Amino acid sequence: MSEQVWVVLQHREGKLHRMSKEAIAAGQRLAGEIGGTVSGVLLGSGLGDLVAQASAFDLATLYTVDDSALQDYNPGAYVAALTPAIREQAPAFVVFPHTYQSVDYFPRLGQALDAALVPEVIGFENGADGLIWQRPILGGKLQARVRVKTSGTVLLSVQSGAFPADGAAAGQADVEPLPSVPSGLTSDREILEVQQVGDDQVDLTKADVIVAIGRGVGGADKVESLRELAKVLGADIGASRPVIDNGWLLDADGNVERERQIGSSGQTVAPKLYIAAGISGAIQHLVGMKGATCIVAINKDATAPIFNIAHYGIVGDLHEIVPALTEAVAAVKG
Amino acid sequence: MRIAVCIKQVPDTEARLRVAKDGKWLDEEDLRFVINESDEYAVEEALTWAEKTGGEVVIISLGPARVQEALRKGLALGAAKAIHLVDEAYQGGDARATAVALAAAIQNEGADLVLTGSQSDDVGYGSTASLVAGHLGWPHAWLVMGLEVEEGGATAKVTREMESGMNEVFRLTLPAVIEVQAGINHPRYASLKGIMKAKRKPIDKPTPAELGLDAASLGAAGSHLEILEIAFPDSGDGAQMIEGDAAAAAKELVEKLQKEARVL
Ligand SMILES: Cc1cc2nc3c(=O)[nH]c(=O)nc-3n(C[C@H](O)[C@H](O)[C@H](O)COP(=O)(O)OP(=O)(O)OC[C@H]3O[C@@H](n4cnc5c(N)ncnc54)[C@H](O)[C@@H]3O)c2cc1C
Repeated sequence: MSEQVWVVLQHREGKLHRMSKEAIAAGQRLAGEIGGTVSGVLLGSGLGDLVAQASAFDLATLYTVDDSALQDYNPGAYVAALTPAIREQAPAFVVFPHTYQSVDYFPRLGQALDAALVPEVIGFENGADGLIWQRPILGGKLQARVRVKTSGTVLLSVQSGAFPADGAAAGQADVEPLPSVPSGLTSDREILEVQQVGDDQVDLTKADVIVAIGRGVGGADKVESLRELAKVLGADIGASRPVIDNGWLLDADGNVERERQIGSSGQTVAPKLYIAAGISGAIQHLVGMKGATCIVAINKDATAPIFNIAHYGIVGDLHEIVPALTEAVAAVKG
Repeated sequence: MRIAVCIKQVPDTEARLRVAKDGKWLDEEDLRFVINESDEYAVEEALTWAEKTGGEVVIISLGPARVQEALRKGLALGAAKAIHLVDEAYQGGDARATAVALAAAIQNEGADLVLTGSQSDDVGYGSTASLVAGHLGWPHAWLVMGLEVEEGGATAKVTREMESGMNEVFRLTLPAVIEVQAGINHPRYASLKGIMKAKRKPIDKPTPAELGLDAASLGAAGSHLEILEIAFPDSGDGAQMIEGDAAAAAKELVEKLQKEARVL
C-alpha cells in the first residue's frame, strides 16, 4: 500500500477555513514527494454543504465525522474521534492548518498516538535522511531545519502563506465515514459564548494608508510622532501586539485600543500603503498585513525580518526618521 | 490553591543573534536572556490567583545554570519556592521530552492549577504545556486571555483567543493546565523587599532519579525532533533600502512613494 497523507480540515460557519486549502496544497505536495495518496478529514456536526466544499479537491478519500459532540470545537472530542483511525490506518503524515484551533489540540493527539509533532512548518525538502522540515524560530529572525528521528506517524501544522491555497488541486473525492470513531464522543468544554474583542468601531480592513507602531517605539509617551505622521498622511493607526499588550496605544478615554492590533489575533488589512515603524516582522504580524500593496519598514536593525517582505526600507531610529517623514510628506501634500 | 507556573528563559529579542559554530543553535556567549514574554504573564496570573485563594506559587523551569536568574526573579515577585530542572539529562529536548520532565516535577510537587505561557519566543513549538496536561490527564487551554477560578477551585471560566479578533469563553474543570497569552494582565514589578526575601527562598534541583524518570525519556534521547541547522532566512526579493540621514532618506522615500509606487 502506498503511503498516506491525511489533511485535517478546519471550518467555521459552514465554510472551509482559508488555511484548510493551504493545508490541502501542502498535503498534495507532500504526497507527491513521497509517492503517496492524500485524503481529507472533516469533523463537525451537521456538516451539510461542507462535505461538497471539501470533496471538490483532488483527494483520494474525504473522511467525515458528523457528531453532535463536535458541534463546537473542543479538544476532548476531536482527539477521541481522530485517535483510533490514525492509529489503525497509520498515515505517514497528518497535516493540520497552523491555526489557533489545530494547535490547541494537536499536541494532545500526538501524545495519544505518541506521534512526533512538527508545528509551524513553512517548507520541506526530501533529502538523503528523509524529510527535513523548515520552521521559523526566534520570531522569524531565523529558520530551523528539523528532522524527525523516530518512526511512525508524524503530525505537522503548516503556517499561513507557506503553501498558497491556489496550489490546491481540484478534483472529486470519495466520501466515507472516518473508521473506528468511538461512540459516545463527549465535549470536554462547556462553551459559554463567543465574543468580539474590543468594540467594532475601528475597521482597518478598508483603510487606504496605515501607520503601524511596533514595540520599537519604546513607550506610551512616544507614540505622538507616529500620530502626527498618520495625520499628514490621512492614515489610520495600527499596532503590533506587544504595543497593545503593554497598553501603549490608548484612546482619548485612556482605554487600550486592542481593535487596532494587526496580525493573526487582530485585524487582517490590505491598504495601499503600510508603514511599519519599530516592528520586527514576526509571522503572526505578517499574516495580518502582507497583502498591503506597498510596505515601508523603518527599523534600527538591518537584519529585522520585516525588511524581507517590505518594498522600501530605512534602517535607523524611528524617532529621527518618523518626524523627518512627517515633514517630507507635509511638504508635498502642502 | 497551590499553583505551579512553568517558565522558560529565552534569548532577548533585542539581542544580536549569532549562529553557533556547529550551526545547530545560537552562540550563547554574551547572549542576554529574559523570561519568555507570555510566561511573564503566566507568573502574574499565578500570583494573582494564589493571592485571591490564599494559596502559594511554585515556579518551575527546565534549563541550564543561567535559568536560576529567571527563577530568582519569580521568587522576588512572590513565588514561594522554585524548582530548577538543571540536571544535564533534562537539557536539549524537544517539546515531548521537556513535557515529561515538567509533568513529573509538577506531580512531585502537587498542584491544583498549572499556568504557563502559550509559546516560547525561541523555538516556539507551542505544544509543551499541552503535552504536560496530557501526562497529568488534565484539561488544558491554549492562548488564554482571561481566567476566572470558580467554585472554590473546582472549575474555571476561560477566555481563549480565536483568530481575527474573536474570543471564545468556556468552562473547564480543575485541575487544568492554562496556557496564557501575552496581554492577559499587567505583570507587576519586583519590590526591593521581594528581591531581598527571594534570596532566602528555596530552589530545589531534583534529579531524574528523584522524580522517578528514566534518562532515556528526557533531553535529546527522549525527543522526536532534532534540529539539524539554524540559519538566517533568505531575504527574498528584499526591500529597496534607502540610505542617507533622516531628512534625506525621508525625502527620497516620499518621492519614491509618489513616483515609483504611486501610493501617495
Ligand atoms: C499565537 C500568537 C498570536 C500572535 N498574534 C499577533 C498579532 O495578531 N499581531 C502581532 O503583531 N503579533 C502577534 N503575536 C506576537 C508576535 O509573535 C511578535 O511577538 C510581535 O509581532 C512582535 O511585535 P514587534 O515587532 O512590535 O516587537 P519586536 O519583535 O520586539 O520588534 C521590535 C522591533 O523594533 C526595532 N526597534 C527598536 N527600537 C527602535 C527604534 N528606536 N527605531 C527603529 N526600530 C526600533 C527592533 O529592531 C525590533 O525589530 C502573536 C504571537 C503568538 C504566539
